[in-house]
Amino acid sequence: MTTPAYPELNYLNATHGIRSWLLTKDHKRIALLYLISVTVFFGLGGMFAGLIRLELTTPAGDLLAADTYNKMFTMHGIVMIFFFLIPSIPAILGNFLIPIMIGAKDLAFPRINLLSWYIYIIGGSFTLYAIVVGGVDTGWTFYTPYSTSASNTNVLPTGIGIFITGFSSILTGLNFIVTIHRMRAPGLTWFRLPLFVWAHYATSLIQILGTPVVAITVLMLAAERAFGIGIFNPALGGDPVLFQHLFWFYSHPAVYIMILPAMGVISELVACFSRKPIFGYSFVAFSSLAIAVFGFLVWAHHMFVAGISPYAAMVFSFLSFAVAIPSAVKTFNWAATMYKGAIWLASPMIFVFGFLGLFTIGGLTGLFLASLGTDIHIHDTYFVVAHFHYIMVGGAIMGYLAGIHFYWPKITGRMYPEAWAKFSALAVFVGFNLTFFPQFILGYMGMPRRYHTYPPEFQVLNVLSSAGATILAVGYSIPLIYLLWSLKYGKVAGNNPWGATGLEWKTQSPPLTENFTETPIVTEEPYDYARQGAHVG
Amino acid sequence: MFSAPPLFPEQASALAPQVDNLYFFLIAVTVFFAGVVALAVGYFALKYRRKHPDDVGANIHGSVPLEILWTVIPFVIAMFIFAWSTTVYFRIIRPPDERLEIYAVGKRWMWKFQHIDGQREINELHLPVGRAVKMTISSEDVIHDVFVPAFRVKADAIPGRYTSIWFTPTKPGEYHLFCSQYCGTKHSGMVGTVIVMEPHAYEQWLSGGTSEGSLATKGQKLFQDLACISCHVPEGSGRGPTLHGVFGSQVTLSTGSVILADENYIRESILTPQAKLVAGYQPQMPTFQGLVNEEGVMALLEYVKSMRKPATREP
Repeated sequence: MTTPAYPELNYLNATHGIRSWLLTKDHKRIALLYLISVTVFFGLGGMFAGLIRLELTTPAGDLLAADTYNKMFTMHGIVMIFFFLIPSIPAILGNFLIPIMIGAKDLAFPRINLLSWYIYIIGGSFTLYAIVVGGVDTGWTFYTPYSTSASNTNVLPTGIGIFITGFSSILTGLNFIVTIHRMRAPGLTWFRLPLFVWAHYATSLIQILGTPVVAITVLMLAAERAFGIGIFNPALGGDPVLFQHLFWFYSHPAVYIMILPAMGVISELVACFSRKPIFGYSFVAFSSLAIAVFGFLVWAHHMFVAGISPYAAMVFSFLSFAVAIPSAVKTFNWAATMYKGAIWLASPMIFVFGFLGLFTIGGLTGLFLASLGTDIHIHDTYFVVAHFHYIMVGGAIMGYLAGIHFYWPKITGRMYPEAWAKFSALAVFVGFNLTFFPQFILGYMGMPRRYHTYPPEFQVLNVLSSAGATILAVGYSIPLIYLLWSLKYGKVAGNNPWGATGLEWKTQSPPLTENFTETPIVTEEPYDYARQGAHVG
Repeated sequence: MFSAPPLFPEQASALAPQVDNLYFFLIAVTVFFAGVVALAVGYFALKYRRKHPDDVGANIHGSVPLEILWTVIPFVIAMFIFAWSTTVYFRIIRPPDERLEIYAVGKRWMWKFQHIDGQREINELHLPVGRAVKMTISSEDVIHDVFVPAFRVKADAIPGRYTSIWFTPTKPGEYHLFCSQYCGTKHSGMVGTVIVMEPHAYEQWLSGGTSEGSLATKGQKLFQDLACISCHVPEGSGRGPTLHGVFGSQVTLSTGSVILADENYIRESILTPQAKLVAGYQPQMPTFQGLVNEEGVMALLEYVKSMRKPATREP
């Protein structure tokens, strides 16, 4: 096999200088801007998590003061959710890949795309400012009346940061929807689209429909906190539970903003490394839309103990069970895709296995919380913490890492060391389970979340969890090292190092600024390995 | 260094086994489906490992019968769990008529408990074994949450309204009570102990405390001090409606609608009298917001409740 040559002209060296990056309209460069900034926020959020786990190794509050601890878990949540998980896959991989996957030169609105990165940075700066001047301690959920009348921390700057960043998310969603509708290459019908694109289409719908609601909610919170306008505080004639309805109307669908793109990545990878079409293409595609729609109708399952009507609780419980079905359908289809495949256990596929294991447990433990009978007991305990970390860290971040490893050769034109990548996937999987599995047990035993100190009988499981977090931190740090190393020393990747189908693999790595030398014409279905073969190179 | 950690919470209420059975079933469902996925993925990954880099898989696109099968089976199982868990839930939220009433108020960062016989406790709650207990809960500041893991019950303490839990303790002992809704600095210090006692020990405890008179008596005193009695006269001829027998009855409002006079309605009528006006009365009652604290409102409520029965009570 001959070593492919690194393309002389590509989007990375098309223009030079810092200006050419900060004023770029190229979706691929904007994706890299996001990659860098999102990674910084991930490091920050991870540091907060590390301090939380360190504090919790002993029952007493002996490392951090109570207020500091409360700020740590608040800022961990805010940074990870609004500044890492929500933008991660869409703004990096979605931005980079959607135009290439559909055979377009760029997104529909390249300037708006750059604008959304700047909005993200401005929103992030507000939040960083809030952190630097003392932090915020309301929990990422900002429950009223605590956030409006009791907390004396930097609620407003943080809220403004989230408000601003929301527009970045809305604009990205809008850009994707228009692009997917209007800019597909000739012959690329809806049912020839890669499932990654379908997943992002569903995600974008949630982003543009849900995010304005959280923006309005934050504005109302600010109005009450800054001007004493009574909306949520009963002492001012407001209703504190109203806040929860508004907040979760966005924040539950936001979970799907985080997990749907990861599901899109998994669909691509399972098909590629099985050398087969995805099993049940249309079921996988439509389950994304079903999740996007049902996801808007389950918010009050966060409020089963907040004094809502028992009949409302019943309806929301029913709908929460219903939303589990499309996720189950996807999982079965991924597993079935491997049946009679020609499976290549390359490193991205190892991350996929990690995703399947963790997401399945995360999804199934959601049933415990949809069930009214058990939710009353485990609500607001570590069981919930474990459950959503299995979805958002086990699922979304595993999917993100799988995607980063799969598309890294396309993005940079270079390969990373396979063995290290597999080791990292294993470390993340083991570390993750050791960190979060004990938390299910802790939660059922009754340990409430957001506790700075806890009764001594919970210590052993907490120590296990903290030990796991150490392994997890190693698992997340290794890729940072070898991916950076690969930029200079990595083997040249060639156009299609995985032998995958899809337009993105037909162009050079890294691609030209305009992606293709001529507009591709699509004549085949996606994942057509039977006819196209699986040729590396 | 460590003793073996307990991995399961104590079952100390009549509800606990019912919640746990549902929990065990959910674990079985989780193990089954996670097992199916793990076995399938693991088996396929080994069995269908590619032999040569150019190998491709079979050209299979899917199967509608299989899609239907793995949509319908999980759905049926989900509906079974839904029906079961909702049944358990309605048991959790519906207290029996024969019960002991306790009032709880959360305040950063302590729990105040009030027995209807007059005893008050802070961060400790003494209860007899074997009797159903209903706890009516509110908060003086932000949202808190009463959580007793050994009883498998929980409810938010929400300022401005009442929520409740009920349970029947089945085992004497001491149990954790946690605040499980984040409430600021000492959230994790807002914990208490529920002390479940044998009935005779409980009686002894009840008689041992300093008695300030029953909660209803306290309410009656407030009722006079706040001059409620000058309008709400027993005969119903005052400027306000009589409160005798009002609790638990259907009340016709000035808007024509009929509502149940429950704890939240009585509370609202004291603090926001104009919100739901009884038909036939003028909107002239002043608000008592700020004049009476949460515990005072609870005493008044208990007094109003006591007025539902004939005035003379057997000792």
